[in-house]
Amino acid sequence: MEELLRSIPILGESILLYLVLAALPLVFMLLYALVTVWVEMKVSAHIQDRLAYMRTGPHGVAQPIADVLKLLQKENTVPATADKFLHALSPYLVFAGTYGAFAAIPFSSAYIGSNIDLGVFYLVAVSSIVVVGILMAGWASNNKWSLFGAVRSAAQIISYEIPAALAILVAVMISESLNLQVVSRLQQGGIQDWIVFGGALPLTQKLLVMPFTIIAFLMLLIAGIAEVNRTPFDLPEAESELVQGYNTEYSGMRFAVFYMAEYANMFVVAAIAASLFLGGWASPFGEFLSGPIWGFVWIVAKGMFIVFVQIWVRWTLPRLRVDQLMYTAWKVMIPALFLCVFAVGLILVL
Amino acid sequence: MPETRILPTEYVTDPNLRVTSSGKTIRSEEMIINMGPQHPSTHGVLRLELVLDGEIVMDVIPHIGYLHRCFEKHAEHMTNYQQVIPYADRMDYLASMNNDWAYALAVERLMKIEVPERVEYIRIIMAELQRIASHLVALGTFGIDMGAFTPFLWMFRDREKILDLFEMTCGARLLYNYVWVGGVSHDLPSQFVDQAKAFCRYLKPKIKEYNDLLTYNEIFVRRTANVGVLPADVAINYACSGPMLRGSGVNWDLRRDDPYSLYHTLEWEVQVGKGEVGTVGDCWDRFIVKVREMEESLRIIEQALDRLPEGNVQSAIPKRIRPEAGEIYVRTETPRGELGFYIISDGTASPSRVKARGPAFVNLSVISEISKGAMIADLVAIVGSIDIVLGEVDR
Repeated sequence: MEELLRSIPILGESILLYLVLAALPLVFMLLYALVTVWVEMKVSAHIQDRLAYMRTGPHGVAQPIADVLKLLQKENTVPATADKFLHALSPYLVFAGTYGAFAAIPFSSAYIGSNIDLGVFYLVAVSSIVVVGILMAGWASNNKWSLFGAVRSAAQIISYEIPAALAILVAVMISESLNLQVVSRLQQGGIQDWIVFGGALPLTQKLLVMPFTIIAFLMLLIAGIAEVNRTPFDLPEAESELVQGYNTEYSGMRFAVFYMAEYANMFVVAAIAASLFLGGWASPFGEFLSGPIWGFVWIVAKGMFIVFVQIWVRWTLPRLRVDQLMYTAWKVMIPALFLCVFAVGLILVL
Repeated sequence: MPETRILPTEYVTDPNLRVTSSGKTIRSEEMIINMGPQHPSTHGVLRLELVLDGEIVMDVIPHIGYLHRCFEKHAEHMTNYQQVIPYADRMDYLASMNNDWAYALAVERLMKIEVPERVEYIRIIMAELQRIASHLVALGTFGIDMGAFTPFLWMFRDREKILDLFEMTCGARLLYNYVWVGGVSHDLPSQFVDQAKAFCRYLKPKIKEYNDLLTYNEIFVRRTANVGVLPADVAINYACSGPMLRGSGVNWDLRRDDPYSLYHTLEWEVQVGKGEVGTVGDCWDRFIVKVREMEESLRIIEQALDRLPEGNVQSAIPKRIRPEAGEIYVRTETPRGELGFYIISDGTASPSRVKARGPAFVNLSVISEISKGAMIADLVAIVGSIDIVLGEVDR
């Protein structure tokens, strides 16, 4: 991709080249958010036996655009007692954390924002910036309920980073790389080489490792849902308890930025899970339908499937309580994942 | 409220001072926070003043009256007894039929009117359909309180069918003014019986779906079992009634224990909480009692539809409602519990005094007792399981 852009004369070696490269994920993110907002509404509506958007265009496809236009026009209300600077800053910090994560997601064999060797590590780290923004939003709003939401969110995201990191570790141990391009390339052989099915290991090792990789993959999905604050882990914004939590006091575009960051975050956790466990941009049929363009299609398809699972879970399950949430993370998932890491390590060494 | 007294400073010990592990003295205190009147989980304009220690609820002080409409005073100023019924409609607006019936029954007993059998059966059918509709709202909104949105919409979809039946009969969907003193406002339309039977057949499998989706969901059970336990003696001391009381294992239903209308001729059972997944009297028990009551209501409706005799539904409506001087208290079982009307007649055309004893108001009073030490999320579950309707709490 970089070479392709370099061949365009105006871009050449200029800073513009890098701006264009950096803007690509942003374009993707905006389009993806529009589509996913619509998908979420439609999926939830069909789960709930209703129709959702039907008026704006066929099956309401233009509704997300209408929503954005509405939010653009809305007044940006700031509570009189709020800390105005932090209140204004926090949505962009949340957004920055999410956008930063897109830099290390391998969208295709030809395009990754930044092909760094510590890709996975970077993703885990940069997505934690979101916590700072959320905490800031809750504090700056000067609203007790918002503060509750923010503190819950911080506790939750920090707790679920650990199982997420451990689950990622399982995949990293098998692929022996933290670079997501390398991890994806290792899974190019087809569906049987996906790390969720044991990766490209010799058959006996693969069969031994498989139960643990499947557990790790499912745990990563669960931790991912918790990290993006969605039901059954939506305690930070539990509308029936905290009235939307940390973003209660936001309106207009600042709210929209939070909203979009949440949706973009869903794709980030989905893309991480897809890259590490489901082959990333690699085709499930080996050589068939592979290549840079197909690679993009595959990772988006895999990511969207996981996003769909997140939506499905959200509209099916009730919400956990704070103590049950912590119990799940610390007493169930972390010990189970330590076991996985230990077992996979043992199998790989032997 | 803590007493405010001025003490010499050397006697003042601040209970909020705490010493941290690093030896610093910090001042921490409980947080007072308002839940409501505009809060999605208070089911209307209830305001709960919470004293919180972190997520733990130390005390709950309910503040009511935001929806006070002077029902009792209005009732005294009507030009006749019949005019009170639309106001009774608006008390518990999710169970208008039951309210109407309770009031009409009180006036009928005061005037010693015998209503025709067809009217009795129609009233039973309507009251039980209304009970199902009300329970569907209660269960659905409780689901929302627990973070599950889908059951709510499923239940509203099915409640819609009941409202259609009501609309078909009397033209109204929420506030019916249907049960009149001595009769009902409209006879059943010709297709009502078939459609009501079809609805009964439709709802039975749906109840199983609700159970699969919500009632026996692992997360839901964990959120509601052993939460907000209301022991039977406390429930009786606070004069709780309805599913709230039955959830605590007390076998008490006015339809059976203080019989009115023709309930004693029908076959049905009183459902009580048994503590299947936790302790007797927890939120889950209150929930399952409502689910099972819907099944019992379906049984009652089916029997009543089969027995429905022919007749004139307005033959017993008095030309002039002017009871002799006297007083009466009549209580009935609404979806939320004991709704009683105490009416004093001075022999004129309008009541001298009407006192309503509302179940939601009485049930709500127990909240401070059972929510101490719970978490905020539990408090939401408790408020939801009490199933209050603020129209009736505040009247």
